[in-house]
Amino acid sequence: MSSYLLRRIGLALPTLFGVTVVIFLIIRLIPGDPARVIAGLQASDEEVRRIRTQLGLDEPLHVQYAVFLKQLLRGNLGTSAVTRAPVSEEIGARLEATAKLALCSMVVATVIGMGAGIISASRQYSVLDYTVMGVALFGVSIPVFWLGMMLMLLFSVNLHWLPAGGYGTPAHLILPTVALAAFSVAIIARLTRSSLLEVFGHDYVRTARAKGLQDRVVVLRHALKNALIPVLTVVGLQFGALLSGAVLTETTFAWPGMGRLLVNAIGARDYPVVQGIALVFAVIFTVVNLAVDLMYAYVDPRIHYS
Amino acid sequence: MFRRLSRHRTALAGLVMLGTFIITTSLAPILLHSDPNDVNFDQVLQRPSRAHLLGTDQLGRDLLARVVYGTRVSFLIGVLAVAVSGLVGVPVGLASGFYGGAVDIAVQRLVDLLLAFPGFLLALTLIAVLGVGVTNVVVAVGVATVPIYVRLVRGVALSIRTQTYVEAAQALGAPEPRILLRHVLPNCVAPVIVQSTLQLGAAILAAAGLGFLGLGVKPPTPEWGTMLGEGQTYLFSSWYIATFPGIAIFLAVMAFNLLGDGLRDALDPRMRLP
Repeated sequence: MSSYLLRRIGLALPTLFGVTVVIFLIIRLIPGDPARVIAGLQASDEEVRRIRTQLGLDEPLHVQYAVFLKQLLRGNLGTSAVTRAPVSEEIGARLEATAKLALCSMVVATVIGMGAGIISASRQYSVLDYTVMGVALFGVSIPVFWLGMMLMLLFSVNLHWLPAGGYGTPAHLILPTVALAAFSVAIIARLTRSSLLEVFGHDYVRTARAKGLQDRVVVLRHALKNALIPVLTVVGLQFGALLSGAVLTETTFAWPGMGRLLVNAIGARDYPVVQGIALVFAVIFTVVNLAVDLMYAYVDPRIHYS
Repeated sequence: MFRRLSRHRTALAGLVMLGTFIITTSLAPILLHSDPNDVNFDQVLQRPSRAHLLGTDQLGRDLLARVVYGTRVSFLIGVLAVAVSGLVGVPVGLASGFYGGAVDIAVQRLVDLLLAFPGFLLALTLIAVLGVGVTNVVVAVGVATVPIYVRLVRGVALSIRTQTYVEAAQALGAPEPRILLRHVLPNCVAPVIVQSTLQLGAAILAAAGLGFLGLGVKPPTPEWGTMLGEGQTYLFSSWYIATFPGIAIFLAVMAFNLLGDGLRDALDPRMRLP
């Protein structure tokens, strides 16, 4: 078991390494003088020259990358071209807000999604099943930012039940979470349902039913664990979708998180910040998928032996 | 039996919806009398009325016209992005799955790397680097989608490669490109069609997302996401600016999802829902 764990963690390291290479290269794809790009549009020629020597931008690319990686490992993500504050500081100030939103949505999406999928599969072809799947189809097709705006219109402007945006109280968290989670709830529900239905066709389920076990026991104790594996994969992948969606949701609800910072940085051509946030998101996503892979070993004992 | 029919019915529903979109936008110059880019400062922010069925936006432009013409932009971006990712992803996946070996490993590592980034964020980062505009949106969304096709086709190629008839063809001395073309590729057609249909919806969503953030097509081109982004400022007073483009996105994406789901069930009932 632990050899699988070690191997899987070992595989993650080259991926993380590769991620830094990709981001390093993408940012340097920007046409024009990288020194000016990093210094910012308002910088003077003097400053651009200083940055060029300071960051060693006249060095060959692999040397630049080595420096970049070294600084990265020390936790130095560069300096914002706009505010001149360390990028890590800018990100740190907003990490909590995004984390709250993403985690909340993840929990909601997984719990409601799986629940809906289980119910749907247990009552296949019933009215409930069709309703749930119909709603799921809606959820998969709705743009998150539009859903957010419509929720805002209904619950803030018309009903005055919830605040329209901003950050602070739990009430502020509700609408953004619902908007962000919608897509993932739908995907997870659909997949849980189809996965369970596939498992229902297997012999051991038929045996369990023939034994006279209650439907609930059959589904929850016997079928579910086996159906969970593809669902787990998707849950991990959906976290990535949630991070992406967070960018849109934060913009809609004026949520002070990393997503909004990213959008503003792109608009302001603040490439060090863009680079830093892209790195952080990619690392988080890789770690989450690693965690999912590790959970496979718990859910499916067969994996140990592979 | 009934279930099989209803699946086909879903695909049909999707097709009908898409047909409506396409026909409406094609006949737009005849059906509509307003130009989507016609600025009218004396008719700014008008509520839906007989003159302007969906209202006007902050520059006095007819929203109905913008939504209908926006169909062209959004669908075009979707088709081009999917075409780009397909044209790149399918050959790479074929080669990777069929030939195996070092090529396969290299391609797999690259795909894993690209997939280490959430798709929309990758597209966003690419836009940050490339700048805005239709071409860049197509490239950004297309590149972010390539790994999906590579993996899909690679999977098919891998499973076909071990089939007996391929061995037979090889034993008969058929050159490999011919085997690829005549035996492997036809098996890829169905999954690629299904995936492409679903990806069309996803691409439209992604492009709309970029547009919403102000990072999509350049104004004044009517694009649904961009309209939504502009409409956000006026959400509380002129709700219609943001509402109707959103409905359009929703219906278009749902149409592609319906069609894709239906196609998947019709072409290969063994394939699973995402």
